[in-house]
Amino acid sequence: MEGLMAIVIGILFTIGTYLILTNQMLRIILGLSLISHAINLMIIIMGGLKSGGPPLLSERNHDFTDAIPQALILTAIVINFAVTAFLLVLSYRTYKKHGTDDFNNLRGNEHE
Amino acid sequence: MNNLLIWPVILPLITALIFVLLRNHIRVQRLLSVIVLAVVAGITIIIMNQISNDGIQTLQLGGWQAPFGIGLVADMFSILLVLTTSIVAFCCVMFSFKTIGKERENHYYYSLFLLLITGVNGSFLTGDLFNLYVFFEVLLLASYVLISLGGKKKQLRETMKYVIINILSSAFFLIGIAYMYSSTGTLNLAHISVRIAEAGQDGFMTTVAILFLLVFGIKAGLFLFYWLPGSYSVPPTPVSALFAALLTKVGIYAIIRMFTLIFYHEPQITHLMIGILAALTMLLGGIGAVGYWDINKILTYNVIIGAGFILAGLAAFTDAGTLGSIYYLIHDMIVKALIFLIGGVIVYLTGTTNLKEMSGLIRNHPALGWMFFIAALSLIGIPPLSGFIGKIFITRGAFEAEFYWLGAIGLLSSLMILYSVMKIFMNAFWGETIISEEDEKGTTRGVMLPIAVLTALTVLLGIGPEMINSYIEIAVEALMDPSIYIDAVFAGNDIP
Repeated sequence: MEGLMAIVIGILFTIGTYLILTNQMLRIILGLSLISHAINLMIIIMGGLKSGGPPLLSERNHDFTDAIPQALILTAIVINFAVTAFLLVLSYRTYKKHGTDDFNNLRGNEHE
Repeated sequence: MNNLLIWPVILPLITALIFVLLRNHIRVQRLLSVIVLAVVAGITIIIMNQISNDGIQTLQLGGWQAPFGIGLVADMFSILLVLTTSIVAFCCVMFSFKTIGKERENHYYYSLFLLLITGVNGSFLTGDLFNLYVFFEVLLLASYVLISLGGKKKQLRETMKYVIINILSSAFFLIGIAYMYSSTGTLNLAHISVRIAEAGQDGFMTTVAILFLLVFGIKAGLFLFYWLPGSYSVPPTPVSALFAALLTKVGIYAIIRMFTLIFYHEPQITHLMIGILAALTMLLGGIGAVGYWDINKILTYNVIIGAGFILAGLAAFTDAGTLGSIYYLIHDMIVKALIFLIGGVIVYLTGTTNLKEMSGLIRNHPALGWMFFIAALSLIGIPPLSGFIGKIFITRGAFEAEFYWLGAIGLLSSLMILYSVMKIFMNAFWGETIISEEDEKGTTRGVMLPIAVLTALTVLLGIGPEMINSYIEIAVEALMDPSIYIDAVFAGNDIP
């Protein structure tokens, strides 16, 4: 199962990288989101996909799933959500002000 | 356990949240933000004395002992940086009163300012890798808004680039954390250090170390600095001064912490790499600083040279080099804020950033001119000022470690700094006065006090380094011997 997930993460990374390398603003944002999701998946795989009981002392399970990666991605997802929301608003404002969503036209010039 | 440690993080945070409710009470916000920063500085001085008497102070939040809980750790190195942060932020916020304008003040400027300070102080004090990531995000989100606040065309464009590069580097940071957790099974910095020392730093761990170097290098402006000149020159003066003084320094702090506490086993790979990157950074930054005629661009390239120079001291990895790095880091935070504030006043007076269109400001503003001269000399490292002592120790460290090329490039970069800041001084202050006092676009009223405070500080640090020398030696001792840090975190408990 871990091997399969590694391939899925790899595919997500590939698509994300491809999207980031394009010029269009929205595609870049989508690419960044995909990469963030790939990383969240990766963190949860890092803890192992072992099936077992909940990690509680009262349950007396000897076989349980590591809870820390889940806590980590919960935080990472929330942060990623906030940053993506900000980035979407920012890109909308940039598009409105500059009248373009192509990064080639956003290089800036000498006189402004 | 020392509950004082949480105050530098939580006090600005709570105040920032209260400011959101006090949106229309600008005077209250100004007063409170100054008070909060002064109180944080006071608390930091108390903690500093505790550290010099009783060793490294820790706070295990919620009473969960390391490595299970998330802890704050204040060693002398981090607490010195928190103190400098408070002083620099104090001056920048005073500078904001007259220059930032009603619009921004009404749009939560002071709130965002304090959130940024929360993130910076938190990054310096945390003892947990994932917590470091969270505090990085806090300060980055505040900085995204501070750069774009105002919504000018130029600002929006540069903010887009700044945000995208930082999201990407945060993504790499998470990858590094995932690898670290999977191979060591812990995220507590002291515990990671113990586990890696036990298992040895193999090829995989060295790769992870280089991944972390990449991540923090993007934030610190180490070699991967191509986003920096654009995004640091668009926000208003106090914000860009704050960024120049604090944001890159957080990245530098993280590099120094990681490569002295955790990845110190293979210096011939990692530290050599830091040395090469530092040398390239100094050269490229120097070329940028020499080449431009735009005052904002010259100053931002000086930030890059500074980052390279501080890490040259780490690359040497000797007592002298580390001592120099800490001295230079503190000096750099103060003097970069100072020179950005003065540069902002120059632009404010003349209404242009082009050096060729300004001349002779010293006739009407002698105090400003001479303070710029002092700041410039300090930046270059002329003896009685604060830059000198850091520079001499870093250079000595580099030569002791037989990195002759690194020491030579460091000295060469000083010449480039000399040329670039003297270019500003001669073009802006000397020459014929082409702009009379009535024609000036702004005034210096109300902005001279923070500049004078920072100038006094750089002179004071240069004349009396003995005042802080005993503290800095404690910091060096803890950085060069990770077991001091580890013992303080585990406080005699068994290390699982």
